[in-house]
Amino acid sequence: MTESTCKLLIIGAGPGGYTCAIRAGQLGIDTIIVEAEKPGGTCLNVGCIPSKALIHAAGEYETITGAAEGKSALGISCARPSLDFAKTMAWKDGIVRRLNGGVAGLLKKAGVRLIPGNARFVDGKSIEVETRSGLQMIRAETVVIATGSEPIRIPSLPFGDRVISSTEALALTEIPNRLVVVGGGYIGLELGTAFKKLGAAVTVVEAAPRILPQYDGELSAPVGRRLSALGVTVLTGAKAKALAADGKALAVETASGEQTSLEADKILVTVGRRPATSGFGLETLDLDMIGPFLRIDDRCRTSMRGVFAIGDVTGEPMLAHRAIAQGEMVAEIVAGRRRAWDRVSIPAICFTDPEIVTVGLAPSEASGQGFDVKTDLFPFKANGRALTLEREDGFIRTVARADNHLLLGIQGVGAGIAELSATFSLALEMGARLEDIAMTIHAHPTQSEGFHEAALKSLGHAIHI
Amino acid sequence: MAERVVRLPDVGEGIAEAELVEWHVKVGDIVREDAVLGAVMTDKATVEIPSPADGRVTWLAGNVGDLLAIGSDFVRLEVDGESEQAPKTAELASPASSVGAQSPRHAASAPRATANAPPNGMKSQPGAAPLHHAANRPLAAPAVRLRAREAGIDLHQIRGTGPAGRITHDDLDAHLTHGRTGTRATPNPAQTAVTDIKVVGLRRKIAEKMSIASSRIPHITYVEEVDVTSLEELRAKVNGQKRPNKPKLTLLPFLMRAMVRAIAEQPHLNAHFDDEAGIVHQHAGVHVGIATQTPTGLVVPVVRHTEARDIWDCASEVARLAEAARNGNATRDELTGSTITITSLGALGGLATTPIINHPEVAIVGVNRIAIRPHWDGAAFVPRQMMNLSSSFDHRVIDGFDAAQFVQRIKLLLETPAMIFIDS
Repeated sequence: MTESTCKLLIIGAGPGGYTCAIRAGQLGIDTIIVEAEKPGGTCLNVGCIPSKALIHAAGEYETITGAAEGKSALGISCARPSLDFAKTMAWKDGIVRRLNGGVAGLLKKAGVRLIPGNARFVDGKSIEVETRSGLQMIRAETVVIATGSEPIRIPSLPFGDRVISSTEALALTEIPNRLVVVGGGYIGLELGTAFKKLGAAVTVVEAAPRILPQYDGELSAPVGRRLSALGVTVLTGAKAKALAADGKALAVETASGEQTSLEADKILVTVGRRPATSGFGLETLDLDMIGPFLRIDDRCRTSMRGVFAIGDVTGEPMLAHRAIAQGEMVAEIVAGRRRAWDRVSIPAICFTDPEIVTVGLAPSEASGQGFDVKTDLFPFKANGRALTLEREDGFIRTVARADNHLLLGIQGVGAGIAELSATFSLALEMGARLEDIAMTIHAHPTQSEGFHEAALKSLGHAIHI
Repeated sequence: MAERVVRLPDVGEGIAEAELVEWHVKVGDIVREDAVLGAVMTDKATVEIPSPADGRVTWLAGNVGDLLAIGSDFVRLEVDGESEQAPKTAELASPASSVGAQSPRHAASAPRATANAPPNGMKSQPGAAPLHHAANRPLAAPAVRLRAREAGIDLHQIRGTGPAGRITHDDLDAHLTHGRTGTRATPNPAQTAVTDIKVVGLRRKIAEKMSIASSRIPHITYVEEVDVTSLEELRAKVNGQKRPNKPKLTLLPFLMRAMVRAIAEQPHLNAHFDDEAGIVHQHAGVHVGIATQTPTGLVVPVVRHTEARDIWDCASEVARLAEAARNGNATRDELTGSTITITSLGALGGLATTPIINHPEVAIVGVNRIAIRPHWDGAAFVPRQMMNLSSSFDHRVIDGFDAAQFVQRIKLLLETPAMIFIDS
């Protein structure tokens, strides 16, 4: 067995882990990062990036198909398009490959040693890695657990053959004729919408009374309307029971209690993700937990000295940019800098059609925390830019304290508004008041004017509504 | 699962409310039957409230220092089994519901728990509840927060001048400059922190009592020196020859006996003044309160019927009561009902004090430190053991003349200790 030592050892090269490693390298810390798969983690390999590639491709195909069917209001017509799905997937894989290489290159440039293999805790300072060339023992002063998360399995619907997780859905070689999506959360709806646009017949089965149950009804409604316009069948209040005996259909109990069966070529199960905390000897450290997650403090320290944890293993929201911010912070703490988690908000984006952006507190959360709030929204149907993009669905909503107008939360739903999350986050992080937004010139014609107008409306003088 | 409500029981003497002095549990704790949930205080007794069942704490009645009504909800527990108050069957997320990007679990937490959360007491979980303590978070841009953290400055210490109290770079600069100037002027940095300590329990009782005494009673304080050389000689001899089953004699029992003799001549000093009714209740029995320092604060155990006790009896009773008071197991009767009080700080007694009368009494005798001082005997300075008595009187009902006479009488008795024991 070979042995090596380092100051900082990171387990998992997802967005949190590799960011931590690169920053540590920049700070001159002797760093090793261990990863069983390709660098980039769920996000880059089987999550955010490939799904957004697929969503983009599906959107393009749907636009052209619409034109071919004579639905274009712009006067564009064309012959019925064809889709070489293998090529689509190859294009997507190319992006992933390019980013894999990019991460590996950045790690190398920062002087970080990337060791491919499965890590296993021997104790809080020693890790055994199964590499292709044999077992390797690594001893480190500080360890960062960045092992991420994995899709939750339903016992009655084990993955395999027709039953797939998001990972397999992003690696399909052909578009299924009939796709059933179990779970109407953001992952299921993003992929379900994309496959519908690519030509699949899609049915979404959601147990809650409405789709996107984590969001308020105001935000999920435009997405529901669009799903219906696209022809996606949505069964809410419905429970996915089990696979039919022949394995070709899904038994479902509908909201009215009726037992039905949905024939499917593929059944995509997206009922959430759970932290990856087992299978690598973490149990032996006996770290404090909060539910299924590792308990961390405001410096991402676990209950064991010298052991940090970042990303999905540490709790909700399980989002790459949270892990990235934590990873960067931990590297600086390890380098001896004074840092602690003091972020005001973690933005979240749902890449459905239309997209949903949430930053900070929803109106009910703000009221729940005892704030007297002012909530106002500005609809895109009164926004010129939205009309020129043929997408007047959605709105931007501001949540502010009634007493001093401090913004507590900003939410929006609309086509392509993911990019507006930056301005929303910045506003909250800078401690902006409604007046700050009102007194900032928002370029015309853009969707961002909706943000300006929502703030003006809360102040009692919206112009365009 | 069912909810079990633990109500605040009647903890005695028909009182309507009790003060919450301590929580032994917090929300989320698992408790066993008979485990102590918390403690309440009535007048002078502290009562611990046990759990009637095994369960998980879901709700607490309030904060330490709150007054709780007898019979009101004290703690709510989640216990196994059925109850008529079975919780509404919440629509739990079945496996087929999706975990979205943002967890709503904090939004679902009880608003009361949030509202009562201590301002800075809890560490927020990074990410899990990004805005959990939004109300108390100092308002500052990320760059300001970073600069402050690197300079080791807690932004809670800075008053923001920006809109909505936002802390600007200028505010931080001003704080840094001010801090540096201060550091140059003195090697010790100025400590600007203010720690808020809630006045609860015994401390609150003391505070209330002292306020009443000080605001309602016009005190006259009279200080006189006493030559205790003879008394100290007598005390040393008696203690040297006493039988082992007898208590060691301190100065206190002698003073108590001397006070009994003095009170016999001036009974109106052993009294309670009910100023609302305009009546002085003059007591025949001399119940001497002994101000006693305990780990939790000042209490006054009472030696009852000192007039009927001999010197040994006084000594053993004082020792017993002081012990009980310090251990916190003095009974309510032992802590109430004094008619006159002695306060003594022993070796810390100082030169003179201004004792506060133990309301509604009318006199308090303060004992200062014994010290050897030169005394002019008419021909030469001789070393004598001297002690001051600092005594306060309610000037509404005691004239200065009476006060002086009382103290002079005690002085005479202590300086010629044999007189304490000679029948008048």
